[in-house]
Amino acid sequence: MEYQSPGTVEEAVSLLAGASGTSKVLAGGTDLLVQLRSGFVEPDLVVDLKRIDALTSITEDAGGFRIGAAVSCAELGEHAALSAAWPGIVEAARLIGSEQIQSRSSLGGNLCNASPAADTVPALIAARAVCSVVGPGGQRDIPVEDIVTAPGETSLQPGEIVVSLNLPARPSRSADAYLRFIPRTEMDIAVVGSGVSLTLSEDGTVSDAHVGLGAVAPTALLVSEAGQALVGTSCDDAALDAAAAAASAACDPIDDKRGTVEYRVRVAGVLTKRAAAIAYQRAGSR
Amino acid sequence: MTYEDGKLKVVGTRPIRPDGVDKVTGRANFGADHSMPGMLWGRILRSPHAHARITGIDVSKAEALPGVKAVVTGADMAESSGSADAGESAINLRDLSRNVLAHDKVLYDGHAIAAIAATSDKIAREALKLIDVGYEVLPHVMDVDEAMKPDAPLLHDDMFTEGIEPTPETSSNIAKKMVIGFGDVDDGFAKADVIIERTLKTAPVHQGYIEPHACVATISEDGQAVVWCSSQGQFVIRDLCSQLLGMEAADVRVIPAEIGGGFGGKTTVYLEPVALMLSQKSSRPVKMTMTRGEVFRATGPTSASSMDVKIGATRDGRITAASAEFRFQAGAFPGSPVGAACMASFAPYDLENVSITGYDVVTNGPKVAAYRAPGAPQGAYAVETVVDELAEALNMDPVDFRALNGAREGTKAPYGATFKVVGNLECLEATKDHPHYKSNLGPDQGRGVASGFWFNIGGQSAATVAINPDGTVSVVEGNPDIGGSRASMAMMAAEVFGVAVEKVRPMIADTASIAHNDVTGGSRVTFATGMAVVQASEDAVEQLKKRAAKMWDVEVEDVVWQDGAAHTATKDAPLTLADIAAQAGRTGGPITGNASINARGAGPAFTTHICDVEVDRETGAVEILRYTAIQDAGKAIHPSFVEGQMQGGVAQGVGWALNEEYIYSTDGNMENPGFLDYRMPVASDLPMIDTVVIEVPNPSHPFGVRGVGEAPIVPPLAAVANAVYDAVGVRMTELPISPPRLLAAIDAYKAAAE
Amino acid sequence: MAKQHVNTTINGDPVEFLCEPDQTVLDVLRDVLGLTGSKEGCGTGDCGACSVIVDGRLSCGCLMLGAEAEGREITTVEGIAEGDKLHPVQQRILEEGALQCAFCTPGFVVAAKALIDQNPDPTETEARYWLAGNLCRCTGYDKIIRAVMNAAADVRGEAA
Repeated sequence: MEYQSPGTVEEAVSLLAGASGTSKVLAGGTDLLVQLRSGFVEPDLVVDLKRIDALTSITEDAGGFRIGAAVSCAELGEHAALSAAWPGIVEAARLIGSEQIQSRSSLGGNLCNASPAADTVPALIAARAVCSVVGPGGQRDIPVEDIVTAPGETSLQPGEIVVSLNLPARPSRSADAYLRFIPRTEMDIAVVGSGVSLTLSEDGTVSDAHVGLGAVAPTALLVSEAGQALVGTSCDDAALDAAAAAASAACDPIDDKRGTVEYRVRVAGVLTKRAAAIAYQRAGSR
Repeated sequence: MTYEDGKLKVVGTRPIRPDGVDKVTGRANFGADHSMPGMLWGRILRSPHAHARITGIDVSKAEALPGVKAVVTGADMAESSGSADAGESAINLRDLSRNVLAHDKVLYDGHAIAAIAATSDKIAREALKLIDVGYEVLPHVMDVDEAMKPDAPLLHDDMFTEGIEPTPETSSNIAKKMVIGFGDVDDGFAKADVIIERTLKTAPVHQGYIEPHACVATISEDGQAVVWCSSQGQFVIRDLCSQLLGMEAADVRVIPAEIGGGFGGKTTVYLEPVALMLSQKSSRPVKMTMTRGEVFRATGPTSASSMDVKIGATRDGRITAASAEFRFQAGAFPGSPVGAACMASFAPYDLENVSITGYDVVTNGPKVAAYRAPGAPQGAYAVETVVDELAEALNMDPVDFRALNGAREGTKAPYGATFKVVGNLECLEATKDHPHYKSNLGPDQGRGVASGFWFNIGGQSAATVAINPDGTVSVVEGNPDIGGSRASMAMMAAEVFGVAVEKVRPMIADTASIAHNDVTGGSRVTFATGMAVVQASEDAVEQLKKRAAKMWDVEVEDVVWQDGAAHTATKDAPLTLADIAAQAGRTGGPITGNASINARGAGPAFTTHICDVEVDRETGAVEILRYTAIQDAGKAIHPSFVEGQMQGGVAQGVGWALNEEYIYSTDGNMENPGFLDYRMPVASDLPMIDTVVIEVPNPSHPFGVRGVGEAPIVPPLAAVANAVYDAVGVRMTELPISPPRLLAAIDAYKAAAE
Repeated sequence: MAKQHVNTTINGDPVEFLCEPDQTVLDVLRDVLGLTGSKEGCGTGDCGACSVIVDGRLSCGCLMLGAEAEGREITTVEGIAEGDKLHPVQQRILEEGALQCAFCTPGFVVAAKALIDQNPDPTETEARYWLAGNLCRCTGYDKIIRAVMNAAADVRGEAA
């Protein structure tokens, strides 16, 4: 195995595009190093992205944010403007692993590891985040939900890397929230995760809402029906129940060591209801 | 002699442990921290199948890899027979040999097959991939009830159930049947007004020590070997290694490293004999460590259990009869703790009629190892759940019901012993009086109580004390310190000598430096090894008195020892320990004290726990809100470490109750062999754990010690389950009470109510 | 495959080492540099026994490649005490008896120091969540949390 830590995106892309064997990208490494150790992956080349400025910085851009794909979750939590604008995304990021993991794990890594249970992906989907991807053919922007195609698989082409995750400018009275269920209070992989992002109109009803679900299907889901169930309402019990029902209906989970099909379907609704209520309350207080 | 409580100066205080600074600065050396010049790295190839016949092993490609210095398989092991005494239980050497390296069959996912020593860990890992093993995969069985069925896949063709007369002619997975009890349970149940009968199950759980097994072994051309490893007993490691490999005990010197937790799981050998074999073959020292995955897949969990418990009582709350059948999964080889489960589970009760049957059943899992109060937590989960239900049916407070029927001095235990002075009723009284028990609960919150018992054990211990020329004292003992026992040993010695505890420095000797000591286990060390240290110190005090008599030219009968000095009526100035030590060369040479004992009279421990939970009815999540553990320790030598044992036992028990379990695929592979999905409690899962240390002294120990380590893991399983019942009205008869399982039970309960 | 040549700073001292590209910081500390205070309990970032502070941030030694240490500043358990003066976290752990087998203790010492550096006045809940990445199987965490809270008070200059 060869280790490289390029200083620019172009160098990184060139290294990856020119590699002959298996190559892996190292952002925080919290998934990759576990896979290396277990022998699950045996790459010939590892490209460390943490020495590239564009991947390790957060920039405010026309009211939105460009979050470098390798920025650590701890740094996301320390970014006051981002935390104020996107509390749901930040809380999703802050839920990943321990404080030790927080120092290393990143949005780009969490996304490109392509686990159905990634915590930040439902929140990013609900936020309608877009990924800036750079590869040998240049740059393209891809909606976050189009990156992961199946467990462990992405739509990225050879040599392509996610450089940043871009969040749009927020209308006033907008907020998001993310909740996940785990059996313990910390250190577990999500059994179910639900992210809700919404915007209120002048009269306090929801004008726009999006719901992302994790760990209930082969990839994280954008559940339009659940978001639609909230639009035009003031997140009253009936609307929350409708969103919960829509979330549960969208689930296509598996039975595994972390939960059963029935449990995931049921709790996806519960968490969507609770996350929507939090997001609504946050938006209303702005 | 015994020491009066009111006059103690050191015992009962909380000094900093003598090995403490090394342990907070990273200096302390644990199993994997030792290295030797020229050392090779050993790795083990493990079975991917739960049950298979090995049709062939080809190691030639591995041997040919540059850097590989030795390869061994089960065929390299001598045939073993007989059994070895491992302190808490006898170990069958034939089974042990087959567990260390499979001979003809693999019996569980992770079963060791072959081992490699190479010049680097990386080469050793590479070489493992080059070993070709032929398997004929066989059907497997994991569940204990399934394994007992006549048509279950058989693990051992030559196993015929022991304990049945006449011995069966067909082989089965039931290794042993045992029955204990007394009285007439049929008659007793006939007198009962209320009878509760339940079937309960628990999953296999692992001890979960954070330090993986590790050792370095080296063997010279003349056959003398040194093993450096962490274990709960250097002597059991020496004896098992020497017996498995046909060596003489004196040729195997085992040096105890600091041990990073054991809880019973480090009372046997896994790596050590293999490292010795690899060292012999390569003529180099060999270091072996396990990965966490190996620890889970191949070292001792404790038994899954399936249990039927039936208890009857009269309307006024008297238990008239109790019966149980405990079916315990032993893993690949016989030896579950079902016997202890039979003996311990009803011990908190004063029973007239009791009958308990136990089955030790082999299944395709790792061979179980001792785990803290082996067998008692499972049994107590079943009994204390039924007791809770019975108290409710009788409309009695569960603590009052336990006290009314509680074991006390003179009670005959189900296993035949008659209790002397015990603290069961004192614990129950303290429970009833505790502010926790009287506090209010909110919505979706519930409170559970449960009692527990552990025998505590004595056993063989040796200790030596040496008086140094400056009057300081060295205490040499032979039990690895898992929880602060060095501090307790130094404190007891300091009390006997009448000196400050900092003047006494304890050390744990290797197998060549002190006589045999049974393992650190069964809550025996502070009791038995403590007794040996006290006696060795008293022996030294006698020597000191003789030397003082000589220095003063008086009769030794006229010398008394008090406050660290010899006194005699005719002299105003006492001779301090330092005064006498300084003159030792002139009064007869170095001063030592010795004791070698087989300690008898271990005092049983009783305990009662109170647990409050809150249940999220929409997700099935259980939060532990408040927890109080009340336990009779006899005498707390170092109260902080007594409390720590209680708090740690509670945490393990809560994990067992709520989330810990071995999860197997349909192929019999463990699906959660890591701390990510084998969910032990983390700091944010628990509240502060309140403790009440009751001290009903054990008359057989000079300071009244009973032993504390085991008992606190016994009640939590039932305390949590009873609290969940109190919160949501659902009796959880299967552990763990994981969120999906609890949510399904809540839903079923709601559906039934509608 | 060539070894990586790395220049880094460990416990304030410049350190130069060679490592395999796939060796972790923990492997390097233990097997290359002989700093065995950091323990391996899992190798997968789940137990925290290998906790180190890298450029001021708490990390798992097992989840970082040795090669990534180039130019970083790493603090291990061996570097927490100042000379012969124990850090308040170390002293309070000793006083509370907040260690039994003590295998997890180095990780807790490092993690708790990182907590107090970042937040010298944590609530009990904050301390419990911060330390959730450090498994202890012996103590039930009670005395560890008490020790950390008391150590934080010491650092703030308050009597606990």
